[in-house]
Amino acid sequence: MTIEIKTATLQPIRNTFANIERRFGDKLASRYQEATYDLQGEVNFHYRPLWQPQHELNDKSRTQIKMADWYDLKDPRQFYYGTYVQQRAKHQEATETNYSFFDKRGLAEHLPEEVKSHLITYLIPLRHVEHTANLNNMYGCAFGYGTAITQALLYNAMDRLGNAQYLSRIGLLLDGNSSESLATAKQEWIKNPAWQDMRALCEEMTTVEDWFEVFIAQDLVVDTLIFNIFYEQLDEKLAAMGGRDVALLTEFMHVWSKDSSRWLDSVLKTVASESEDNRALLESWVKQWRQKTLEALKPIAAAMLDNSDALDVADAQLETRLNKIGITR
Amino acid sequence: MSKVYLALQDNDDSRYIVEAIVDDNPTATVINQPAMIRIENDGQLVVRRASVEEKIGRDWDMQELHLSLITLGGNVDEDEDQLSLNWNT
Amino acid sequence: MVAKKLNLKEKYRALTRDLDWDYDYADRKKAFPYEEFEGIKITDWSKWEDPFRLTMDSYWKYQAEKEKKLYAIFDAFSQNNGHLNVTDARYVNAIKLFLTGVSPLEYQAFQGYAHVGRQFGGAGARVACQMQSIDELRHVQTQIHAMSHYNKFFDGFQDWTHMHDRVWYLSVPKSFFDDARSAGPFEFLVAISFSFEYVLTNLLFVPFMSGAAHNGDMATCTFGFSAQSDEARHMTLGLEIIKFLLEQHEDNVPIVQKWIDKWFWRGTRLLALVGMMMDYMLPNKVMSWKEAWEVYFEDAGGALFKDLARYGIRMPKFVETTAKEKEHISHQAWWIFYTHGHAAGFHTWIPSAEEMDWLSEKYPDTFDKYYRPRWELAKEMEDRGERFYTNGLPQLCTTCQIPMGFTEMDNPTQISYRSSDFEGEKYHFCSDGCKHIFDEEPEKYVQSWLPVHQIYQGNCGGADVETVLREYYKMNLGEDNMDFKGSPDEKRWNEWKGKGVA
Repeated sequence: MTIEIKTATLQPIRNTFANIERRFGDKLASRYQEATYDLQGEVNFHYRPLWQPQHELNDKSRTQIKMADWYDLKDPRQFYYGTYVQQRAKHQEATETNYSFFDKRGLAEHLPEEVKSHLITYLIPLRHVEHTANLNNMYGCAFGYGTAITQALLYNAMDRLGNAQYLSRIGLLLDGNSSESLATAKQEWIKNPAWQDMRALCEEMTTVEDWFEVFIAQDLVVDTLIFNIFYEQLDEKLAAMGGRDVALLTEFMHVWSKDSSRWLDSVLKTVASESEDNRALLESWVKQWRQKTLEALKPIAAAMLDNSDALDVADAQLETRLNKIGITR
Repeated sequence: MSKVYLALQDNDDSRYIVEAIVDDNPTATVINQPAMIRIENDGQLVVRRASVEEKIGRDWDMQELHLSLITLGGNVDEDEDQLSLNWNT
Repeated sequence: MVAKKLNLKEKYRALTRDLDWDYDYADRKKAFPYEEFEGIKITDWSKWEDPFRLTMDSYWKYQAEKEKKLYAIFDAFSQNNGHLNVTDARYVNAIKLFLTGVSPLEYQAFQGYAHVGRQFGGAGARVACQMQSIDELRHVQTQIHAMSHYNKFFDGFQDWTHMHDRVWYLSVPKSFFDDARSAGPFEFLVAISFSFEYVLTNLLFVPFMSGAAHNGDMATCTFGFSAQSDEARHMTLGLEIIKFLLEQHEDNVPIVQKWIDKWFWRGTRLLALVGMMMDYMLPNKVMSWKEAWEVYFEDAGGALFKDLARYGIRMPKFVETTAKEKEHISHQAWWIFYTHGHAAGFHTWIPSAEEMDWLSEKYPDTFDKYYRPRWELAKEMEDRGERFYTNGLPQLCTTCQIPMGFTEMDNPTQISYRSSDFEGEKYHFCSDGCKHIFDEEPEKYVQSWLPVHQIYQGNCGGADVETVLREYYKMNLGEDNMDFKGSPDEKRWNEWKGKGVA
């Protein structure tokens, strides 16, 4: 039996969900829109959290930043879960090829001893900074408001765990999978005086209450400075020391940083342009954390890099970024 | 004795996995339900990578099991070579 | 130098918990402040056994593969107008209830696991919770995308997130998760990872999704089973957390038992909605609620609790009541919705003659005796053009928030009422289980945002029900609510299928 279906009767009765229609009009919506806007509960919470009775479960007042609509913080990458994992799987596949090439060709054995020791003393301990970044982004995910920003913070938190794991695997490539280099690198992190100010800064960041302040300290200030010093300046130095192949192993972080910066700059631009109060608050947080981070990086940069203006170079990059976002004027 | 179980989506990979499980656990029972296959056994059940690779004819990572797994019951122990389910009673 | 190579477990440890370190500069208690107030004693986080060992690279790889398959099916489903393949348009109401009632819980799970995934002091447990958090986000988003097509052709899906925050029966699932998230981190894990995921969610996903497949709904079946492939990891986490807490300190045992008692009962009440979905809302049945309860709770849960007995854990309190309830609960729940169908965001209906025969066969001791006469009377009234709707709004149980329509299980003609007095006020409950939960933590449950109370107090935009439904709930009256018979859903379905109006 064939059933004839007249196409006229198969016209949809609506284009999208009502909340999406209220925001964007009666038209077809993207998957990002349907999977992002208004997902989080807004009203009529049943019980106050036992662990924070001063707040509702979902509460805008966990930060001093004020937004008329937290869903203005959309992700220019339009990441929802599916697009996020598929994008990362692509980067992951390329990275896997690099790591296995490095492994199969025995490139670790060809690295000069001095390069290896630089990796263990300076690069691999960064996995602990990445771990801190994982915690700090989870903090914003849990205490932030609105799916637009909280889902992006979760993706970023998972990225940081991924970064920490790739850095760890550099160690495993150097030590033939025994984890000795990881143990040594951890001792550097725990005991080497050059690392201690940075470690203290990481510990301190995890005790800050305002989630947006944590987000600014970690993802804007610390990450901008760290990226330049470790993945650009150290990378150049390693290349000059005969460790050009290391770039194969840090390529993922370069791709990640470019991707993540596009999101971060766009979100912060929106927050800064929402109101003068927001901008001033961001500026005061940046000022405070910029100073602390530069102080904390001073000993490690001095020990690791030869040029005495290394921190100035990194700080100039941060300054450019702050201007571009519109935090400083 | 208590039963441990796992259920897989009814797809092509699962067919080979089920064949391998049945070979390795001769007392297991296979139950077909809409869109899924449930396998249960008294006390314990093991999925071995080597057996699945033999059936499926290619390298197979133990973690690929999770692409088809719907649910399970029992204490799980998983490493590179096998996933086992058991109850202590 | 030939160094010893790491095996998978050791490697996973090196790539997760070894990332953390003991603080020397900041107060670690300030960084992880919520670990102690519940009275749980953790002496050594290093004893944590990782329930699964997925590093981020494998996570991205395998999850991307799952997503690719899933979205290929969604695309095919909508390109081919897959909604025409469901058994019957009544079926779609089950997934309306799913989107408005269950998907927002996946969202709350994403939030709850993000919170504990930041707050636990042990990095192994944190990472496991973070992965569950992102999985739960996956579930809510894939559910929205699966339902997006249905929303274009059926009523009742369109304002699911607005409704979840407000509608009377949706406060049942909402309050369940609000309860878990507002608890401390360990109770949250016992509530959701163990009691809900390990002991009960099989009842939601496995037979129901198999039912979706059986009713021609490939989109729902596919997201359901694809979500379940993550669930196997979540269940493993649930069992691991219980064993870890019980092994850490003997003082934890009574606390954990108390939580198991509470969350088992809270879960069974929530699942009453699933029971009625299975028995009444699926045109093609897979198994009855009673059978599902027997397979997935009595057999599987029984084995689990036997295994846990060595720690001094016993079956949850009131489990004997559930053995009786499995005969009644789905019938009573559907009756509540049928009689309040004017105030529900989905359609209700009287089971067909064949469906009643199936119910008689599956419930030989109860259906013909207690429930068939009720449906036959409702049918007579409907035939006379007097489809029965209850006037007024139901009284809700303060704990589970289900209308007080459940009966004494030893006397299924007698509605069950319990009450407690607290600080000069009287609070009402549907059962001993719900009363017990209140009595343990009255300060918490007096806060309940009970939708019917709120309407009567004028907090929902109007005094009469119609205004509340239209203005506050944003329901399209005459489209979303009332009986399936005569609904626009039915009319369109008949047009698509080339049938005349019945």
